[in-house]
Amino acid sequence: MDTSELIKTLASHSKGTARPLSTVWLWAAGMSIAIAALVFFTVLGLRSDITSALETPRFLHKFLVAAVLAVSAFVCVRTLSRPGENRRNAILSLAIAPALLAMAVAAELFALPSDAWAATMIGRNSVVCLTYITIIGLGPLAVFLWTLRYSAPMNPALAGSVAGLLAGGIAASFYAAHCTDDSPLFVAMWYTIAIAILATLGAAAASRLARW
Amino acid sequence: MERRDEAEFARLLRAAIAGDEKAYGEFLQHAAFLVRAFARRKIMQGGIDPEDVVQETLLAIHLKRHTWRQDAPVLPWLLAIAKYKLIDAFRHRGRRVEIEIGEIAGTFAGPISETASNREIGHALATLAPGQRLVVAAISVDGRSISETAKWLGMSETAVRVAFHRGIAAITQQFGRKQNGYK
Repeated sequence: MDTSELIKTLASHSKGTARPLSTVWLWAAGMSIAIAALVFFTVLGLRSDITSALETPRFLHKFLVAAVLAVSAFVCVRTLSRPGENRRNAILSLAIAPALLAMAVAAELFALPSDAWAATMIGRNSVVCLTYITIIGLGPLAVFLWTLRYSAPMNPALAGSVAGLLAGGIAASFYAAHCTDDSPLFVAMWYTIAIAILATLGAAAASRLARW
Repeated sequence: MERRDEAEFARLLRAAIAGDEKAYGEFLQHAAFLVRAFARRKIMQGGIDPEDVVQETLLAIHLKRHTWRQDAPVLPWLLAIAKYKLIDAFRHRGRRVEIEIGEIAGTFAGPISETASNREIGHALATLAPGQRLVVAAISVDGRSISETAKWLGMSETAVRVAFHRGIAAITQQFGRKQNGYK
């Protein structure tokens, strides 16, 4: 087909533009939080001592790290989903959550005697943590992969891995309200592995699904 | 491009997205001109037709125009799309070379069949751009109609038709080249 002919054909289809991407990302965020909440309250639910836990800094810190991860990954994946955006700052902002966690780990190592480190890190819920953060994150990840398919990521695998971090951040925010292991050592170990699983899944899936 | 042109270019795209057919035509003309210059500058060796990159980019602009932020400059967005499609074209050229060798090796080993085998169809499809591949596979292999395919892929029927024709043209060209080699 001749290029000028192609232009004529395309121009005659100027109507019926799809929804702007920023709107679709907001929907995706809302929908994925709803799905994660549904799965969380159906399968796990809040821990029984939630009211007293809310007064301890370790418990609250889990939410801070997970929420900061979710927000920075949301901003980042939105940027990565459009051609021609400046990607550097968005990617750098992903370092905030790990930095917050690293500071808490350092504080915890000072607070605890060294013979308690290993037991605290392994905790009691490691398998539950790995399984349920991944399961709660799968629904949101699917929503974000669909959104990436609708977008135009310059690097689909990279965008997919950040979508996995975002799904992981949302899943961890919910899971943290169930889990009784509050030590930053536990979080740094098991939450990280679970979120890394989601990021890997996201990268693998997006490199197939989000090509355009 | 001058700053004033950028503002004008953005105005055209905004009008196009709002449904102005004439502005969209003008926008695409100008986009084709810019992408053609970009593709010609970047393609040093043969094997890729710059005009293919121009057409793939125009089609991508059409399908992905909702990814442009209306307050962002158009040119970086446009050139990023062109770059993505150019890299895609290079990647497909690399794959095409491998496939040709694979097919020659296959003809030494086995009998030549008259009709295209599934493997040959798979190979022919593998040389296409992902969008074209989906469309051609849906229509020729799965037997879907144009409108079904459009609905399935979330594309307009025109976009499906364009991708289908270009995909078939690319396959015909490749099979034609191979058959000439045998005779």
